[in-house]
Amino acid sequence: MANLDIVKPENLVYQKSKVLTDAVMHYCPGCGHGTAHRIIAEVIEELGIQDKTIGVSPVGCSVMAYNYFDVDFQEAAHGRAPAVATAIKRLNPDCYVFTYQGDGDLAAIGTAETIHACNRGENITMVFVNNAIYGMTGGQMAPTTLLGMKTATTPYGRDQKLNGWPFQVTELLAQLPGTYYVTRQSVHTPANVRKAKAALKKAFENQKLQKGVSFVEIVSSCNSGWKMTPVQANKWMEENMFPQYPLGDIKVDGEIVKK
Amino acid sequence: MAFKGQIVIDTERCKGCGVCLEACPMHCIELSKNVNGKGYNYTQTVNDNCIGCASCAIVCPDGVISVYKVKC
Amino acid sequence: MAKELKLMKGNEAIARAMIASGTDGYFGYPITPQSEVMETLMAEKPWETTGMVVLQAESELASINMVYGGAATGKKVATSSSSPGISLMAEGLTYLAGAEIPCVVMNAMRGGPGLGTIQPAQSDYFQSTKGGGHGDYQLYVLAPSSVQEMYDFVFDAWDIAFKYRNPVLILTDGAIGQCMEKCYTRDYVPRWTEEERRAKAPWGTWGKPATRPHNIITSLELDSARQEVFNQKLQKKYAQMKEEDVRFEALNCDDADYIFVAYGTSARICMKSMQLAREKGLKVGLLRPITLYPFPSKEIAKLADKVKGMLCVEMSAGQMIEDVKLAANCKIPIEHYGRFGGIIPTPEEVLEAMENKIIK
Repeated sequence: MANLDIVKPENLVYQKSKVLTDAVMHYCPGCGHGTAHRIIAEVIEELGIQDKTIGVSPVGCSVMAYNYFDVDFQEAAHGRAPAVATAIKRLNPDCYVFTYQGDGDLAAIGTAETIHACNRGENITMVFVNNAIYGMTGGQMAPTTLLGMKTATTPYGRDQKLNGWPFQVTELLAQLPGTYYVTRQSVHTPANVRKAKAALKKAFENQKLQKGVSFVEIVSSCNSGWKMTPVQANKWMEENMFPQYPLGDIKVDGEIVKK
Repeated sequence: MAFKGQIVIDTERCKGCGVCLEACPMHCIELSKNVNGKGYNYTQTVNDNCIGCASCAIVCPDGVISVYKVKC
Repeated sequence: MAKELKLMKGNEAIARAMIASGTDGYFGYPITPQSEVMETLMAEKPWETTGMVVLQAESELASINMVYGGAATGKKVATSSSSPGISLMAEGLTYLAGAEIPCVVMNAMRGGPGLGTIQPAQSDYFQSTKGGGHGDYQLYVLAPSSVQEMYDFVFDAWDIAFKYRNPVLILTDGAIGQCMEKCYTRDYVPRWTEEERRAKAPWGTWGKPATRPHNIITSLELDSARQEVFNQKLQKKYAQMKEEDVRFEALNCDDADYIFVAYGTSARICMKSMQLAREKGLKVGLLRPITLYPFPSKEIAKLADKVKGMLCVEMSAGQMIEDVKLAANCKIPIEHYGRFGGIIPTPEEVLEAMENKIIK
């Protein structure tokens, strides 16, 4: 059942990017972080900017993202990645600087840093992985947790009266004059991965334009935190997350996309 | 034009999440009944229907799949 | 700017020394009594001359983390604040120490706790020398007592920061930050070239060439055995500071029967108190620690073998006195005299305290 005669270097059409290291990722099986990492690495490889890219990882599941990208990388304090990236970019304007943050990091503890980096129009790329839960600490409520969603700190479901509303931070950031490109993507199907990769490529290329922040939200699943299989989690995400966090471009070339 | 493909899976790094199974349009991958060194039921090909579309590799969170393809 | 004699505020001296010492970036947030640092930098527009980046951040949390990001690229990056702002910066400082990133931070202390007062105080000694943030780490702490030292210590701070890959804190207070004195400026030290940056900071995140593995700046180590080895490495570094880079000034200590121990503004008051004492025939000297960490413990131990007593003068409830007592090892009487809340003691009351508490 194998066409082993096909397996020759000249027939290779897809393999893991060379901008990823050989380290085995610590993420749970089926986690979107791995896919997001892979396509960011592919974009860096395709743009030929490995020697000019500096990444900033958050606190949370992707805290050790620096082990997986073969580029210079810094691990920031919880929520502070946009501030860290601000200074890296301002002091190294020829470098491509990106942050990689989760929902707790970017939209809770780091809200001020996020909003002000976006409002200053820093020429950086911000990647925001939203899985509506705190994965690393064991599945607690995130600012983006859906109403009714059960987590370790909302065991009876998120109640608006007790916990407030799910935070659509990406729509909020799109309103700021310092954001140039704001989009929401996912990485759970081949078609979505291709779109997300195209968005990331644009977000990195935009740094050359010096027009402000390019912000890519990736709605992702956390099957461990959601207590589902990876495949179930992706289905649940489509049915429950996408109505609250609809996919697509929100702001392109500095203009809000009319729906 | 038809294509013939073959995937090579790094079974030791595979975590058996099964996302690639859903993505494969030709239904040529399954999870093995055997486990790898980490205890995961790794992905394996079960027929030669592969057309080299790379959908499995594109959704693989761990980048364990390489894809080869020829015209035929 | 060539060497000149100018009248300037301590805060202005810090700002001018940053530009002159080839600093690459300053990230700050306004807080009294040190806002003149950023005001001077913004007025001077060094980005048009030396290329230095200056940015007003949205908070001290952001500014110290900007320092963390910028300094991790191997550039000379600084910030400044005052006590409540330094409390906010504690997070960034422990990350900087934990990731071994050289940088320079200035604290113009004001009275606390809480929002306290905007007047000068020395009540952040513990915060500066015993941690402030979490974890076993130390800042190298320089305590200037004049506008000239504010200026000069910025240059010294860069040398130390890169020698040890460690944050350096210039610990001053509102009085020295705000007072105007004459100050000799220096010839400009050019900012490092790209080649110099890469040579001085081979560990920096300045973009991975094909010739080296990727550089990672992190303070995270999940393996306890490796974290312990790292902690031991830090302790070795701090021990080396104690051996090689302790600084102090000893005035009239050779024939002294009694010693004032004081730093910064308190040391200036004690100089006058010492003069008044000598006029009365009392053999009083002054030991002024210039580095609060590493502390001049050996010098104090030596003095404890020959003098009859020491008075520790601080604008606090008595913080440095703990280190003085440890160094003197209970050999002689050591007492504290302090004022709080932004009150600076007079030379007369300090001498009276020496007479009442130590000489008797």
